[in-house]
Amino acid sequence: MNGATTHRSFLVGGMVAFALLALLPLFLSDWIVFLLALALAKGAVVLGVVLLLRGGLISFGHALYFAVGAYTVAFLANRFGVGEALVAVPLAMVISGLLAAALGLLLTRFRGIYFAMLSLALSMIAYTVLIKFYDFSGGTDGLSVRGFSLAGVTPVHSGLVKYYLVLVVTAGVTYIGARFLASPLGYLMQAVRYNEIRIEYLGASASHAILASYIISGAISGIGGALVAYLVGQVSPELAYWVASGDFVFVAVLGGTGSVFAPWIGSVVFELVKNYAVKFSPSTWQLTLGVFLLLVIYFQPQGLWGLLTRRRAKPR
Amino acid sequence: MNILPIILIDGITYASWLFLVSAGITFIFGVLRILNVAHGSLYAIGAYLGATFVLRFAGQNQQSWTTLPLLLLGAIVVGLTLGPLIERLLLRRVYEQDEVVGLLTTFALFLILEDVMRLIWGIEPYMVEGPYRMFGRVHMAGIAFAGYPFVLTIVAILAGLLLWFVLHHTSFGRQVTCVISDREMAGALGINVPRIDLIAFALGTFLAALGGAFTAPLTSVEPGMGVSVIVLAFAVVGIGGLGSIGGAAVGCLIVGLARAAAVQLFPELELVVIYALMVAVLLWRPQGLFGAIELRKI
Amino acid sequence: MTTAMLDVDNVSRAFDMLRAVDDVSLSVADGETVGIIGTNGSGKTTLLNLITGYLQPTSGRILFRGSDITGLPPRRVTTLGVARSFQVPQLYTGLNVLDNVLIAIAAHSGRGADFWTPLHRRDSLVRAEDFLARFGLSDHATAAVRNLPEGARKVLDVVLSVILEPRVLLMDEPTSGVSARDKFSVMDTLMPTLKERRVTTIFVEHDMEIIERYAERAVAFDAGRIIADGPVAGVLGQAEVRRAVLGEG
Repeated sequence: MNGATTHRSFLVGGMVAFALLALLPLFLSDWIVFLLALALAKGAVVLGVVLLLRGGLISFGHALYFAVGAYTVAFLANRFGVGEALVAVPLAMVISGLLAAALGLLLTRFRGIYFAMLSLALSMIAYTVLIKFYDFSGGTDGLSVRGFSLAGVTPVHSGLVKYYLVLVVTAGVTYIGARFLASPLGYLMQAVRYNEIRIEYLGASASHAILASYIISGAISGIGGALVAYLVGQVSPELAYWVASGDFVFVAVLGGTGSVFAPWIGSVVFELVKNYAVKFSPSTWQLTLGVFLLLVIYFQPQGLWGLLTRRRAKPR
Repeated sequence: MNILPIILIDGITYASWLFLVSAGITFIFGVLRILNVAHGSLYAIGAYLGATFVLRFAGQNQQSWTTLPLLLLGAIVVGLTLGPLIERLLLRRVYEQDEVVGLLTTFALFLILEDVMRLIWGIEPYMVEGPYRMFGRVHMAGIAFAGYPFVLTIVAILAGLLLWFVLHHTSFGRQVTCVISDREMAGALGINVPRIDLIAFALGTFLAALGGAFTAPLTSVEPGMGVSVIVLAFAVVGIGGLGSIGGAAVGCLIVGLARAAAVQLFPELELVVIYALMVAVLLWRPQGLFGAIELRKI
Repeated sequence: MTTAMLDVDNVSRAFDMLRAVDDVSLSVADGETVGIIGTNGSGKTTLLNLITGYLQPTSGRILFRGSDITGLPPRRVTTLGVARSFQVPQLYTGLNVLDNVLIAIAAHSGRGADFWTPLHRRDSLVRAEDFLARFGLSDHATAAVRNLPEGARKVLDVVLSVILEPRVLLMDEPTSGVSARDKFSVMDTLMPTLKERRVTTIFVEHDMEIIERYAERAVAFDAGRIIADGPVAGVLGQAEVRRAVLGEG
């Protein structure tokens, strides 16, 4: 497949999806619209996980950046009276990105299970800090996000406005993600998984590639967290908990790592399945998800994206 | 009031509580090379089953000595049934694959077991205070400590000694040590690796369940009790080194004492201190203090 | 006297008791083509590892165009102009041939940190296709490397190092694994290209025919030491070389 056709099919596919999603609120209930917005926002974090998974690195601590983004929005709104999304979301991105840069310097020395454990530990430090330092973070109660405005306007139908904000931001993140995945750095990240020695012997640096990916990954996860803070109107330490990180990895595998669209497909399916599983049987929804994950691992390891593209694959 | 004895005793009892779960995780990782995210759930199931047996069979006399063997029985049943079941059905397929797959498989298992517990035992907490009350209070250095945690400490020490003995003085133990250091070589030497895998996982499961069962009298047995244990265990094995039981013991002591000190001196940092230690050790020595597993060379 | 392109000064490398490379000195001039021969375990690959920085010498120095490169990591050594191909091909096994080549091209043109422009750029694709065609890999362009036959993987490994346009190219058994029929065609494409670009070439080989055909100078290794160094015919004629390397007498 040469670069030009993938680029075109990406643009076409992306625009069709965007148009469809933009029209959906006309046909769906407020609750489903909210769910979709939530799924799209979380999809950014999943993409962050996917960027690293492609290099063979499992981050079991990405909830950290998700939480940092969310709490940034909460602090801005509550302590500084700034509920303006056009200020808060980029700021959340920058703060998460900087944190990722700092922590990335430590993390990029590790691979495999040690990378996973260290990333887990770092996110748990954040969780325990958020729980214990009540005056700072509201403790286990968390904080409610007091205020939301877009370009200075406080909308009446904020749910709908938030949905479109998320949609536009998602489009932006998808675009950046697509360019990254198609770029030399994106391919170097894949190369890290297969042969780090060869990378060094081409005069390139595997650690630099990983660090760059990690920073971008942290930054977009912060964006996801910021958006969720606005959508839900509430932030709590649970956002940084290890189970949240596990869920992000779950969705990453569910969607697949084969395309920039996969994380969002996985995220939407996950939120919908979870929503109906909880409604249908409140005491077995985790079991349903668990079995679902096992089925994906055993029968469709390339995830939903692999399922969608299987028939189009050319024989080799 | 002299806080040193408090820190010491508190630290050691916390360490004992953690040891059983951590020893199980690190042992399983050593043999199977899988980090079992569901290990906390096995701990919880041990607690539920132990509590169930005590409430069923000790009946009226909850403060009798028969409660202790009943708790032990709960753990044994979990180890003998759930352990082999999980290993055979789920984990067996995953050994030769990427680390991600193992991690995700056990994460899925964790999700499943959390709900299985709710389905079987409901959401109301179970209380088995009998054994706790039976041991009353112990006086040391002029301070009154609860007596039951010492029982936990004794169980942990006994389990640790038993494990050590099995590993170093039985032929099974020698085979296990061989599999831990080199799975392929062990197979080539004629060791029945699948059988070792099964027994090792069952043993690890039993240890976690034992930890859970003997914790039941200390706290209320309720949904979600395994979720926080697992990350604490990860911290311990990260510090002590994956695959090393002695490392787990040392890791537990470090974590226990550090936490106890924090509780007395800087209460807000109680849990932070544990994960901060984990980060510090991993940065300094990625394979942990006693880690035997080789890092993937970069 | 002009500075040698590559200078190995009394380099040794010991692993506990074993002296894998024992007080080796070698000087290679600009544009020379040197063949290194010796039995397995005689220190040839270790020497390549030492020169390119994968291993540190326990003593001695290595100079590239007069400057000390001893102990520099492979990444530095490669960007300075010393490239290397491997005995066991080091490739991105999960990616296809074209992508392997494109990554090398991007790395060489300093785009290793580029996260915005596509890897599959028009100009890179043209260069890649040109290389693939030249070395007979065009048919394999979209094949995953892990599905390639051994010989093609070897050639690809060499191609990746050639793409880096090095001043010095070190090759570890470039034709091993390549079928007898293809050996010469690969070398016939490769060596003139290198000569034309004045690339100083040092290659390790077991196939004496290849050495005779393509090398001007031969260096013979035995047990970590150099036992002969000079024009190919002369070296191959020496009794000690015939005994130690070829196993005769």
